[in-house]
Amino acid sequence: MKDLALIQNPHRDDKVMDACGLFGIMDTSGKRFSGADILKAMTNMHDRGNGLGGGFAAYGIYPDHAEYYALHIIFMTPAARRETEDFLKHSFYRVHDEDVPTRPTKGIVNPPQLRRYFVDVGEHRPADVVDNDYVVERVMEINARIDGAFVFSSGKNMGVFKGVGFPEDIGNYFRLEEYQGYLWTGHSRFPTNTPGWWGGAHPFNILDWTVVHNGEISSYGINRRYLEQFGYKCTMQTDTEVVAYGVDLLIRRHGLPIEVVAKVFAPPFWSQIERAPKADQELFRTLRQVYPSLLLNGPFTVIIAHQGEMIGLTDRIRLRPLTVGVKGSIVYLASEEAPIRLVCPDVEKTWIPNGGEPVVGRLSTAPGPQLPTPTRRGILVEVAP
Amino acid sequence: MKTYVPNKFIVERDESKCVGCQVCVTQCSFETHSWDGEEQAVKSQQDRCVGCHRCAMFCPTGAITIRRNPLEYRENYNWRAEYIEDVYKQAETGGVLLTGMGTDKPHKIYWDHLVLNASQVTNPSIDPLREPMELRTYLGRKPEKVELGPGNASLKTRLAPQVPIEVPVMFSAMSYGAVSINVHESLARAATEAGTLFNTGEGGLHPKLYKYGQNTIVQVASGRFGVHAEYLDVGRVIEIKIGQGAKPGIGGHLPGEKVSKEVAEVRMIPMGTDALSPAPHHDIYSIEDLSQLIYALKEATNYTKPVSVKIAAVHNAAAIASGMVRAGADIIALDGIRGATGAAPKIIRDNVGIPIELAIASVDSRLRAEGIRNQASLVAAGGFRNAGDVVKAIALGADAVYIGTAALIAMGCAVCQQCHTGKCAWGICTSDITLTKRLNPDIGSRRLANLLRAWSLEIKDILGGLGVNALESLRGNRLHLRGVDLTDTELKVLGVQMAGE
Repeated sequence: MKDLALIQNPHRDDKVMDACGLFGIMDTSGKRFSGADILKAMTNMHDRGNGLGGGFAAYGIYPDHAEYYALHIIFMTPAARRETEDFLKHSFYRVHDEDVPTRPTKGIVNPPQLRRYFVDVGEHRPADVVDNDYVVERVMEINARIDGAFVFSSGKNMGVFKGVGFPEDIGNYFRLEEYQGYLWTGHSRFPTNTPGWWGGAHPFNILDWTVVHNGEISSYGINRRYLEQFGYKCTMQTDTEVVAYGVDLLIRRHGLPIEVVAKVFAPPFWSQIERAPKADQELFRTLRQVYPSLLLNGPFTVIIAHQGEMIGLTDRIRLRPLTVGVKGSIVYLASEEAPIRLVCPDVEKTWIPNGGEPVVGRLSTAPGPQLPTPTRRGILVEVAP
Repeated sequence: MKTYVPNKFIVERDESKCVGCQVCVTQCSFETHSWDGEEQAVKSQQDRCVGCHRCAMFCPTGAITIRRNPLEYRENYNWRAEYIEDVYKQAETGGVLLTGMGTDKPHKIYWDHLVLNASQVTNPSIDPLREPMELRTYLGRKPEKVELGPGNASLKTRLAPQVPIEVPVMFSAMSYGAVSINVHESLARAATEAGTLFNTGEGGLHPKLYKYGQNTIVQVASGRFGVHAEYLDVGRVIEIKIGQGAKPGIGGHLPGEKVSKEVAEVRMIPMGTDALSPAPHHDIYSIEDLSQLIYALKEATNYTKPVSVKIAAVHNAAAIASGMVRAGADIIALDGIRGATGAAPKIIRDNVGIPIELAIASVDSRLRAEGIRNQASLVAAGGFRNAGDVVKAIALGADAVYIGTAALIAMGCAVCQQCHTGKCAWGICTSDITLTKRLNPDIGSRRLANLLRAWSLEIKDILGGLGVNALESLRGNRLHLRGVDLTDTELKVLGVQMAGE
């Protein structure tokens, strides 16, 4: 068994620490557009990273294979590729596979081979396991077991492109301007205690969920211990992993809507709860009583995305920046306002959301599972198309 | 029989300062000082001095100094003075040596080997003077998840009773009879002011304190003293006392001398009779019996309040605590080897039990490993000295702590370890009418509330430095602790890394 934690965190620090630049664009009408805009925006935020990691998530980019899981896998050695392909042969129906197109780029040194596989689960899974769980298990298996192989991305009709380098170089390397997606998120990384490695860059992905994250969560120790009780293994030792597993636990396993999840990650203060409307008081109090160990305390901004939805959230006293921009059906989320104005000079409205207040961009007809509509307006800022 | 036990202290009186006012004579309840009418001077019988400093503190001219008696034995690491004198005492009396307070032996204090973290550069510290900083803690059983009603419009989950405390420090069980009514009143009023809880101990609750019921934990111990329907109804939390850190496995004994008329009424026993608490509850010989008592108390109070179960921290505390949670306990209270008492056999106090730090760590880890940590709150007791100890206990996994000795010290106690004599010169651990008047509840409650305020400010400072603004983000967050001068095994049990790692 390879030790992912050691690759990610060779000094065995408590956790991986980094600061970052974030950007997200979504056309809530579902109209697709190229990666050129987000590349431009990330280039503008060059100074927020240090060249040790950059990455992108793009949704709606594989319409021809939309019903298949798209696995993006990096291989450090030919042996890793052989072993992985052998594993895939026994675990999935392989519909199509190819190298992810790249171009030589200054600043991208020693890139690993990146291939993508469009696969179907079919009858490979046991009867009592749903497809998604089956895929999660196989992905975890490759990442934990096969030396020199790492699955970046495992959702349907979406993909993660990331690596070591500045995000603009990574984007250029992966020719992102050639893809068409309706939702893009990007990340520039400034790690303090890790050498960059391609798997450690953001976005962090499982199935079609991606997280890009800026911050250092000071409550990491207890968040992690809490999630471990539910069987999550925090092998990557990153705050981002805690966010991703927290989302998975609360949304997928506990069935809570995202606006309620936001109140768990960034709950109102007790004094605010006492001033809230009666019905909310009880909900907010109960959430804090039941999920105190999932309060993400300390500075963070995250952009969480999945099919049809993009969510921006900061910690409750907003120790990391988040700016929102809207033009027509397009929503922007960014660490700074400048890149929004760069890619959209005639942006109609920009604002800085309050700490702990989620901003949700939602497709008018979401192809994924429809999330419940928010019941508590004024707390949730929804940008309808 | 002539005693061979030498004086512990020397009472020095500066004759040039002494004005013969005899304050010391009236203040010393151990009758150290007396007025010599013939010589028209105050004299001191030094062998009676217990070192409580009452006379020195109240002498209007500062004429009295209390010093340790330097009488030295020949140096011998094994046969230190204390052990020699204990043998003398037992040779002279043939009895069990009794004592008060927590152990004075050098059991390792792990708090002194744990250091805390702070934010630097990569994340900002938070200034508690400018930002909200939350210490509120809810005690009680929590479900695994929150469920919403149809359309996510309402809350489906109904929680078991939850009790909020605004500072994670509560006053530990000290029974009426052992301590005076004024102590109970001071504790009750301070707990009410600070938004926390005080614990009645096993001697019932005086009806004049019922009005502080919302800030009261009513205790049910093996003697069942003062336990009746109204008593259970009036409290916010009910605590079953199985054991106590100062005397694990041992019952209680309130001597008849301390059972005054009022104490007798509250305890529901005849005046002047000894109040004996059996070592075990005679209706609890195993875990399933505990469950029956827990649910009997819940039934009796209509499931309106959490039931706590308090045990002394002993070798198998983790497994026992797990059983207690499964038996229905909503709060687990652990009392470590440094926990104090009004009276205990010295040999038990000093030798039985384990340090609270190790107990918190192993119980918290075990409950998490079994996935039942959410089902009970964890309260730790036993020698907490300051806010630093409290914060470290919470980082190890405790929800809140109990303080007993620190609360008594706030009211004047000098830790002279004479609680078992009933002669407390500070009027704390006594039921002597004249002595109890020495503690004015207005002043006692003020001093206690001040202490809690001071500690909560310090806890907020530490939290802010760590970069979190809610206590729950530190609870069980052992990454914020590091060990210094600890062995690998100690670090493993505590679940913390070595400093520098």
